[in-house]
Amino acid sequence: MSEKMVLMQGNEAVTEGAIAAGVRFYAGYPITPSTEIAEIMAKRMPQVGGTFIQMEDEIASIMAIVGASMAGKKVLTATSGPGFSLMQEGLGYACMVEAPIVILDSMRYGPSTGMATKVSQMDLMQTRWGTHGDHWVIVLSPSSVEESYQLTIRAVNLAEKYRNPVIVLSDETISHLREPIDTSISPTIVDRRLPTEKAGYLPYKTDESLVPTIANVGTGFRTSFTGLVHSESGFQTANGHVAEALVERLRDKLFNNLDDIIQFETDRVEDADILFMSFGITARGVSEAVESLRSHGRKAGSLRFITLFPFDDDRVRKAAGNGRTIVVPELNSGQLVLLVKRVFGDSRKVVPMNKINGDLISPQEILSFLREENL
Amino acid sequence: MRLDFLRGERLPNIWCPGCGNGIVLHALLEAIDQLQLDPDKVVLVSGIGCSSRAPAYTAFDNVHTLHGRAIPVATGIKLANLDLTVIVVTGDGDSSAIGGNHLIHAARRDVNITVVVFNNYNYGMTGGQASPLTPISSITTTTPNGNLDRPFDLVKLAAGAGATYVARSGIYFTKHLVDHLRKAIAHDGFSLVDAVAQCPTYFGRFNKKGSAGQMVTSQKDWMVLKSVAEKKTPEELAGKIIIGEFVNIERHAPVSAAAPKEQA
Repeated sequence: MSEKMVLMQGNEAVTEGAIAAGVRFYAGYPITPSTEIAEIMAKRMPQVGGTFIQMEDEIASIMAIVGASMAGKKVLTATSGPGFSLMQEGLGYACMVEAPIVILDSMRYGPSTGMATKVSQMDLMQTRWGTHGDHWVIVLSPSSVEESYQLTIRAVNLAEKYRNPVIVLSDETISHLREPIDTSISPTIVDRRLPTEKAGYLPYKTDESLVPTIANVGTGFRTSFTGLVHSESGFQTANGHVAEALVERLRDKLFNNLDDIIQFETDRVEDADILFMSFGITARGVSEAVESLRSHGRKAGSLRFITLFPFDDDRVRKAAGNGRTIVVPELNSGQLVLLVKRVFGDSRKVVPMNKINGDLISPQEILSFLREENL
Repeated sequence: MRLDFLRGERLPNIWCPGCGNGIVLHALLEAIDQLQLDPDKVVLVSGIGCSSRAPAYTAFDNVHTLHGRAIPVATGIKLANLDLTVIVVTGDGDSSAIGGNHLIHAARRDVNITVVVFNNYNYGMTGGQASPLTPISSITTTTPNGNLDRPFDLVKLAAGAGATYVARSGIYFTKHLVDHLRKAIAHDGFSLVDAVAQCPTYFGRFNKKGSAGQMVTSQKDWMVLKSVAEKKTPEELAGKIIIGEFVNIERHAPVSAAAPKEQA
């Protein structure tokens, strides 16, 4: 073990990862189970020359980080389901103006106020479809405290690189879990590309990367942002062809770089006849269940989604091996399984395994489930 | 006025003939010019509505946000770069209805930004509905039998929430408007100017206020300078709107709890 191993709570790991990645502006509103992130940021931001502000609600929180991002800061806000619902309009705005922002959503039990201190994975589809209109976000899913640290760094980097909102989709258990993590490795830092030439400057003109080089406000480029459909100039237009090209580019700037964005973790999928597909905290129960099954001679394997969105059917198909049965355990009534069924159609047996009582899925429950379902 | 403060290629604007927004924008640009601000360090932030289109006609950095959300975006920009002069351009509905919560909290925090409310007493962009600043009994498309609700007094609202500079003016009093916009922008702390303009297309037509010109010139009849109003009786001021400077105090100086305390 490195000397730099420290015991940390998941929420603390998010703040330290954010700071390591260069985040120097945090705006937020208290909500269980993400509150510690605001509390820690209130102490840590001034220590590193950054800014913390507690806003009046989550709508204001996301808009404040969008503003700070436009002024050149790396930014974070953190929330949970009820607050994440309020952030949806700001999320769509950030997609449209291409402001790099990172949102941490620590999932608790819903709908509505639900059970504030109980875990769920019920916000999965909200991360993808919560705001109106065609849009694309990057969603990363940690399954440990260590990964909360690493993926928050990655989230900040991806936000800057693609000028796109990135959501770190954590949950109540990982937020409050304490585990040793290694913070000794200096992370790779990515900064947004900025324009160099004022002459002929067009904020939304792109090269082959399809990622615009928009100037930070206050740097003399006299730039323009709007949530309206806009041309390369950044100004509003009602031209349908411009609108189509804009929305296509918002998609393609991510989908042309899926190798860079998409990460899975696979475990013994090659010869597996039963394969688990899961994300986040649920993958930890799966991991132990796979060990147990293998020790009893059952060829089990797992695929854990580290990147949940963009979701690429071909990559999932290729990564899944040839196992005839796929089980999808998740702490909701069936959200990830919709995507898995879309990938495999009738070519595999895709079995949902859902738990919605606010508790985790244990390895033993997975083993019992296989017996009960004759899998 | 400096023409290089405008983006000629974005004109003509979308505003109706006779709209008051252009005069408020003109006054704002004049105030910025008088303050000799570095144009590279001025950011105009707006919400949604007719008036919120104004920043895109200017040559400054301009941020057109969501309905009601200009103030939190402006707060983020200002806190991220204290060298910038951040001015929110907003309407009566944008600032006091959907954005009302953000308005009072920015005033409470005394964030060093300026909010200019282009107040035309109704939602123009969507066809003339009632806003929280629509006068009682007024006809709008959502108050066809007359507005039952009392309007906010925006000046008292901002002052009560803690704004350290608050003024009201009207577009008939152009120099008065420019002077107060200039003082608001120069003020160190949260400042708000309630700039009363006219919407002849909807509010004026529905309420038989006459032509755009008549709506402008009538301001001299129902607006009273604060210095004059102080000598009048409440009866004499019935139905009048008072214009002038209502709050101009020093920015509150926060004391950190961690700082040494002089007294126990």
